[in-house]
Amino acid sequence: MSAVATGQDFAHEHEPAMDVGTFIRTYVFSLDHKIIGLQFLFSTLLWFFVGGLLALGIRWQLAWPWSDMPIIGRMLFSAEGGQISPEFYTTLFTMHATVMIFFVIIPILAGAFGNFLIPLMIGADDMAFPTLNMLSYWFMWPAFICIGLSFLTPPYGAGGGWTSYPPLSAVPEAAPGSAAWVGWIPGPQTMWLLGITFVGVSSMMGSVNYMTTIIQMRAPGMTMFRLPLTIWAMFITAILQAFALPVLTAAGFMQLMDRVLGTGFFLPEGLVVNNSLPATGGGQPLLWQHLFWFYSHPAVYIMILPAMGMVSDIIACFSRKPIFGYKPMVYSISGIAGLGFIVWGHHMFVSGMNPLLGMTFMVSTMMIALPSAVKVFNWLGTVWGGKIQFTTPMLFALSFVSMFIIGGLSGIFMAATPVDIFIHDTYFIVAHFHYVLFAGTAMAVMGAIYFWFPKMFGRMMDENLGKIHFFLTFIFLNGTFFTMHILGAVGFPRRLADPYDYETFRHLQPMNQFMTICAIGMVATQILFAYNFIRSIFFGTPVGRNPWGANSLEWTAPSPPGHGNFDFQPIVYRGPYEYGSPEVDTDFYPQNQPPPSDPARRVKPEHH
Amino acid sequence: MGRFWSILFLLVPVLGVACFVWPMLDLWPMRGHWLPANINDHGAVIDNLFLFILVLTGVIFVATGLALFWFLWKYDAARNPQPVAFTHGSHTLEVVWSIIPAATLVFIAIYQMNAWADAKMKRPKSPDGRLRPPIAEITARQFEWRVRYAGEDGALGTADDVFTVNDLHLPVSEEIVLSIKSQDVLHSFFLPNLRVKQDVVPGMKQFVWFRPNKTGAYDIVCAELCGWGHYKMRGRVTFVGREEFDLWLRQARTDQERAEFKPTVGGAE
Repeated sequence: MSAVATGQDFAHEHEPAMDVGTFIRTYVFSLDHKIIGLQFLFSTLLWFFVGGLLALGIRWQLAWPWSDMPIIGRMLFSAEGGQISPEFYTTLFTMHATVMIFFVIIPILAGAFGNFLIPLMIGADDMAFPTLNMLSYWFMWPAFICIGLSFLTPPYGAGGGWTSYPPLSAVPEAAPGSAAWVGWIPGPQTMWLLGITFVGVSSMMGSVNYMTTIIQMRAPGMTMFRLPLTIWAMFITAILQAFALPVLTAAGFMQLMDRVLGTGFFLPEGLVVNNSLPATGGGQPLLWQHLFWFYSHPAVYIMILPAMGMVSDIIACFSRKPIFGYKPMVYSISGIAGLGFIVWGHHMFVSGMNPLLGMTFMVSTMMIALPSAVKVFNWLGTVWGGKIQFTTPMLFALSFVSMFIIGGLSGIFMAATPVDIFIHDTYFIVAHFHYVLFAGTAMAVMGAIYFWFPKMFGRMMDENLGKIHFFLTFIFLNGTFFTMHILGAVGFPRRLADPYDYETFRHLQPMNQFMTICAIGMVATQILFAYNFIRSIFFGTPVGRNPWGANSLEWTAPSPPGHGNFDFQPIVYRGPYEYGSPEVDTDFYPQNQPPPSDPARRVKPEHH
Repeated sequence: MGRFWSILFLLVPVLGVACFVWPMLDLWPMRGHWLPANINDHGAVIDNLFLFILVLTGVIFVATGLALFWFLWKYDAARNPQPVAFTHGSHTLEVVWSIIPAATLVFIAIYQMNAWADAKMKRPKSPDGRLRPPIAEITARQFEWRVRYAGEDGALGTADDVFTVNDLHLPVSEEIVLSIKSQDVLHSFFLPNLRVKQDVVPGMKQFVWFRPNKTGAYDIVCAELCGWGHYKMRGRVTFVGREEFDLWLRQARTDQERAEFKPTVGGAE
């Protein structure tokens, strides 16, 4: 391994005489976890852009219903003269959620960062199963194609909500044009189901790989309790995926059969929707909700735990101080994951599920707020008494904490079943999950990109542009999402193409216009990010191995690491958070740095 | 820049609280941006619980927000000459901040169970001790609410049933029980002003109950996605005094009989 720390080797390593076959093996069907991670990163960032534009469509309709959408409107909905039709509106929010959840958040956390970071942070040369790893990326492509094709046949995208509740989703006649087949292409909803199944296959291959790698491939001395919290979070997330996903896959196939083969898993006997043939029946619409949320509630934690892990690493690094309560952090991640399996019913408090069962789910849901609270207190404890460096990744990580507090606390409202009766399916819920998923996870992902970018490409992203990007995103996101709480308090329902027909909500239009303007600003701000990201890959300042002065193993590898990652065998002596240790003169203390030879300088482990 | 960023994070609790207090005080430009008027005797408990949780979470929100601001302000590397506190945590603190939230959360969970039971499990009873029968049955379908009144005999499914669409009239100041069901897909029967919401599921039959205490007309909202026309599945519920209601029901029945199609002898089929 001839890698050097200048960041140039990435381009030079294969430069002389790279034929097409080598190129394809190196960058397309690559077995290298870092290339696969970057493939995930680029794909998900592109989908992030698509999801953002879909969101603007929703916002446009809510601010100025039935009016022509400028520029994009004429291109997308030419048939309606630039207007968003009510059926297209259902497609907009369905596909916004689907794209953001299944194509952005889950694959960017587990696929991009999981792949890139796991072997590097545990001191391994690659994943346990490189071929499986490659397949986990390439199985995303059938999903991309299915979802892409679903936009091409009427009604131009699935419109049953990302939750895809039957009978609306299962009976083709329930939505206009949502036929099971359009010519030789399955209809949008069928394509949607196939797409989600492929995402599931991809995630499953990833999760098996992550679990095996973390258990089997750790460097000498890297005990489980010396793992960075990012890796702990990825590990627990992989377990969640492995146990929850089969349920969604099975449920997806059941719905697929209800749609195309006429089975009746989710349809009561004799059900007729819009002159459809009477359903064979024997099923129950609520069954889908149970199966769906049995996956999708743990999926909420799949979408936040890795972010929490990465934020912990970033905050400790830029506070120059050990993480506060490492073991409680690990236990709370595990606690969230364990409890995460028994709270799915809180999505169904008013669904017609037995109210007695609602009480049980209410208690378990209340309890899951506890490990989240412990994590917040520990982040605050980490910042306390540190020497805080306000770098771009740190600002994003701090905003994760600040925003996650809001998203966590608003969860208590809906865990309280009587309150949920009123706020269920209103914008209060929309505010809640956008605070967790956008203001939380997406901000953490931004921070993680700024933080690990030097390791990925050997160059820094521009800090000044990064801070402007952070500032504007932070302001606009709060303008867009905080106000949603207030709409929710009025009872403003989700998923209505024109809520102003209701007397109760008519006066809320100006506030929606304000939110839409903020949302446009928020999406526009991301152009800064895209510019900074692309420009820095080629023209950023080259950096050495450890630009941030961080402890974990990936910072001891070259930037970017070559094939096989490390140009030496890492041996681990301590945990990753020994910042400011009196044992050394630097304010960081890499995990693989041998302890001082003078025993008098060694710090006795504290008991707490 | 540390000062600037600290103050940015200070703005979160400050503006966050302002954003809630402003509509609560009903000030311009957020007039009417708060819980809509509650006209259900059983709904007040939900509002109180909402406000209780709002105060409780508000305190935590402000406290953690201020702590974050203060730590950022004080421990800014550019201004803080102190060495870092080299600590890995505190067992005592972990115990304290686990037990206090746990106790609070369990308290909230237990405190609200009665409200939940009253809203969803303890259907009102008639004076004779039996469960109160529904005054009307509502059938949701794409995209309307079909109402079927029990009529004067108080029983559904008899000849004197009265039918309306999207127009629900109910007597004020008495326990109302409605039976709700769906004919096609999922819908949700949502009365914002009565704090009532119940998904309607094909193949299932459910009951909602409330006790309106104010006359007037209010919205019936569909709160569960039911297809392209979900947004226009709007009904109205009108609360009137008992006598007026009886009068209205009789009138509706008369109108219904009058409007009935009766083929004349020898006419077309």
